[in-house]
Amino acid sequence: MAHDRNPARLVGAAPGPAFEITFDGRPVPALPGQSLAAALWAAGILAWRTTRVGGRPRGAFCGIGHCFDCLATVNGTANRRACLVPARPGDTVTTQEGNGHGELAV
Amino acid sequence: MANSPSEEPEYDLAVIGAGPAGVAGAVTAAELGLAVALLDAAERPGGQFYRHPHPALGAARPQALHHDWGTFVDLRRRLAASGLRHLAGHHVWTVVPAGPEGPWGVHAVTGADGGGPLVRIRARAVLLATGAYERQLPFPGWALPGVVGAGGAQAMLKSGLVLPGNGTCSVGVRSRAGARVVVAGSGPLLLAVATTLAAAGARVPAVVEASDYLGYARRPGALAAQPGKLAEAAAHRAALWRHGVRLRTRSAVTEVHGADRVAAVTVSRLDRDWRPVRGSGRRIACDALAVGHGLVPQLDLALALGCATRRTPDGASALDLDTHQRTSVPGVWAAGETGGVGGAQLACVEGELAGLAIAARLRGRPAPTAIRRARSLRRRRDRMRAFADVMARTHAPGPGWSRWLDDATEVCRCEEVTAGRVREAVADHGARDARTVKLLTRAGMGWCQGRMCGPAVACLAAQVPGTGLPPSPERRPLAVPVPLGVLAALDEPPGPGDGTG
Repeated sequence: MAHDRNPARLVGAAPGPAFEITFDGRPVPALPGQSLAAALWAAGILAWRTTRVGGRPRGAFCGIGHCFDCLATVNGTANRRACLVPARPGDTVTTQEGNGHGELAV
Repeated sequence: MANSPSEEPEYDLAVIGAGPAGVAGAVTAAELGLAVALLDAAERPGGQFYRHPHPALGAARPQALHHDWGTFVDLRRRLAASGLRHLAGHHVWTVVPAGPEGPWGVHAVTGADGGGPLVRIRARAVLLATGAYERQLPFPGWALPGVVGAGGAQAMLKSGLVLPGNGTCSVGVRSRAGARVVVAGSGPLLLAVATTLAAAGARVPAVVEASDYLGYARRPGALAAQPGKLAEAAAHRAALWRHGVRLRTRSAVTEVHGADRVAAVTVSRLDRDWRPVRGSGRRIACDALAVGHGLVPQLDLALALGCATRRTPDGASALDLDTHQRTSVPGVWAAGETGGVGGAQLACVEGELAGLAIAARLRGRPAPTAIRRARSLRRRRDRMRAFADVMARTHAPGPGWSRWLDDATEVCRCEEVTAGRVREAVADHGARDARTVKLLTRAGMGWCQGRMCGPAVACLAAQVPGTGLPPSPERRPLAVPVPLGVLAALDEPPGPGDGTG
């Protein structure tokens, strides 16, 4: 069965033109007004950091800035909550390893 | 000094939180002539309930994602017409009194993730409308990507028009088969979340509710006084039926399967105390799991101010408020979920009541029309609070839920502390409360400061069978993360006696 329902159609969305961000070097489309987490979800990406102790993958969980599971390295800055930060053209999101400050060796 | 907070004029009232309660309170007070500042972390008013797509997404029918959108349109119109100062993108991290009853210094950081400049405003009165966040109970596999909060899934859908799971196409991109999202946990939010997800194209194989709905039937009086709630529930049930969604009550997701993302869940039957029935597990294939066990009031700012709390029937802490929405701290009012989770309509009523009461207090005698209005609002509030109590009791986590944890289950997601380590702290090292467990294991010491694991850790620490969920300690010195550099650059330390700018 063709599955033609989607969130944009539900609300009759007519967004501004999509633009590109990158996730670990791979281009990902984003719509103006979407958070980085939303753009990643739309591309089917659910994980963008690994945990400090177990190295386990994590992505967005609470969606409202409370849980800090969605931390990512954005344009070189670690520990940004992807569910709160709006996507901007050319943003580079990279998988955050551990506390995001591995280069400091602390 | 470069980093000192920008100063604002003194306001009569600072309202913290621009959800239904905060906006209703702010516009009511402003319409009665008070100078009001409304501070909120989000870019747009509405809170979590009326969270809606960014204007750049051009949603012609935002109401399709909402119940009772007309109420918000009306509030938003009054907000625009009121002339009050709406400080969007302001994350309030502390409120400090200058004297015993204020004025109050309200400190906020700004920017999408709170990394921007400091703002401090002063106000003669404060209305706390900080809402609630989702209660989570852990289970094996719940940290796997694709497991998301039920409210979180709805928030991401409402604001970003996305679904969790297999990628849900953006506009102009060929749509893929809808993600399969199981919705599980406890509470009325689950029905709303499942309905919205299904309407937006997700396939929802099941809604899994740990309680049953008999609790409502046991309190027919409270139910009869709220016919709107019955109609709402019936509408959700009809929508679920239309979308082919199966509702399983007295059941829980007791395990998530998948290597690096969700592939399936196991759903088990529960007994009356929420203990999984051995051998009842059924596997359901899915791409995502949206899970939540009700909501807990967000009280960081209130507790730091010393506001008294009460226990709600589902074991949470809520603010203890008088008939005028006053907290136990003079000069501080509260409305909405901070006084106990009860929904958006109740929040609007309480916000308006608080607005009327604050205006009456600051301006002397209230107008006779305001007295009549307040009387009618109080009656509606009392009916809705009675219903909220029934709801909380019906969906309160049963004491047997911890039986579905194995020792390897992560309880604290931030510090990766397992149930086994928490149990060890309790059994071998004598921990009897969440604070001691925290000191022994670091559970609750990470980024979220125990917001996700607090209720679960408190329950595992209490170890008193049959008592349900003990309240978790929500007291946190700062309500939102504040960079150390920001604190260091303050021209004076915040605390009693500060706040005079």
